[in-house]
Amino acid sequence: MRFTFQTISLALVSLASIMSSAHAAEHVYSANNVKWKTECSACHLAYPPQLLPAESWRVMMTQLDKHFGADASLDAKTAAEISAFLQANAERNNRATTGKPSLRITETRWFKKEHDEVPARVWSSAAVKQAGNCAACHTQAERGDFSERSLRVPR
Amino acid sequence: MKHIPHKLMIMLALAATGLTQPVFALTAADTLKQLEQSAKQTDPTFKGVSAQRGERLFKTTHGAEWSCASCHTDNPAASGKHAKTGKVIAPLAPAANAERFTRPDKVEKWFRRNCNDVLNRACTASEQGDVLAYLMTIKN
Ligand code: HEC
Ligand code: HEC
Ligand code: HEC
Repeated sequence: MRFTFQTISLALVSLASIMSSAHAAEHVYSANNVKWKTECSACHLAYPPQLLPAESWRVMMTQLDKHFGADASLDAKTAAEISAFLQANAERNNRATTGKPSLRITETRWFKKEHDEVPARVWSSAAVKQAGNCAACHTQAERGDFSERSLRVPR
Repeated sequence: MKHIPHKLMIMLALAATGLTQPVFALTAADTLKQLEQSAKQTDPTFKGVSAQRGERLFKTTHGAEWSCASCHTDNPAASGKHAKTGKVIAPLAPAANAERFTRPDKVEKWFRRNCNDVLNRACTASEQGDVLAYLMTIKN
């Protein structure tokens, strides 16, 4: 009996961790692809694939020549590999199913909700400037770590 | 000892031929030569690159918001900063950064992107040569 109980709770725990893969309690995202890491970190932090739904990544990767006001175009082969990697590891909760998928992490509903206590004066401070500058507060963002442990909000 | 694993054998062979070393295919001077050659081929009036023209192209705007210097600064021997994201960019002048202009595909990719952002078009081979000639005059 005891054995069965343990097995079941173990199964439940692992099920829960699979289900919360997108916004895991720890908020530490691991998934790696060499091309993604080099190409998508040239102009900013390589944003983890888990932070946007697959459809957002798919659309973004088809218009890299007009990427938020910059030309980030890639050869077709590299773009296809990165796109597949991003979509395979994308957010799975799929909260934003209505309308056009947001291409900005900083415009998603979960982002606004998680950050609604950060005062405007901090967002516009010299240390942060842009909401997309995750590493200004999430000191281990380069490594995919967005946990509270490594959070230091500049004053 | 009798059976050297297959993978290890391959690694040893690669090490012996120097293939595990980071490969810098070219030097900046080689890249400049290649640009001059392709300028000659595409433009019969081409009379050689000019560091002065390159500096002008680099430091002025061309109808768009940014110049090259907006991200790479007026001093290409210094670190730059992406004008929109703020991310630090390593120096562009070969004297300050030995990796610059050593990988043809990387050079091609960034000239394509950045000329498009700054001039709204591709840079010709002779314009690319001008810019590189200018960058090569910069001492660290
Ligand atoms: C040539 C520079 C460049 C490259 C290369 C680049 N980006 Fe960007 N990216 C930008 C700029 C500029 C912005 C907009 C910054 C802003 O407005 O705050 C941006 C914004 C983003 C955002 C939105 C961030 C937010 O505000 O929520 C995502 C997501 C993104 N990029 C993903 C990628 C991916 C994936 C790749 C690799 C395929 C990539 N980027 C490569 C320049 C680049
Ligand atoms: C101005 C500082 C700041 C910036 C910039 C910032 N964040 Fe945050 N982030 C916070 C704060 C504060 C929290 C709330 C932590 C809490 O209340 O648990 C948070 C929470 C989070 C969480 C949930 C983590 C948790 O433990 O609850 C994630 C995921 C996250 N941020 C991702 C991002 C991403 C991705 C970016 C960049 C696109 C970013 N953040 C930019 C300050 C910032
Ligand atoms: C909006 C910002 C921005 C502007 C404007 C910009 N660059 Fe760049 N440039 C970058 C970034 C980011 C990189 C890649 C990061 C790195 O390699 O350190 C880069 C890399 C390069 C490289 C790659 C060199 C090598 O071999 O590594 C060249 C060449 C280059 N830029 C030339 C130019 C020229 C010429 C202009 C003007 C026509 C220009 N850039 C304007 C941001 C910019």
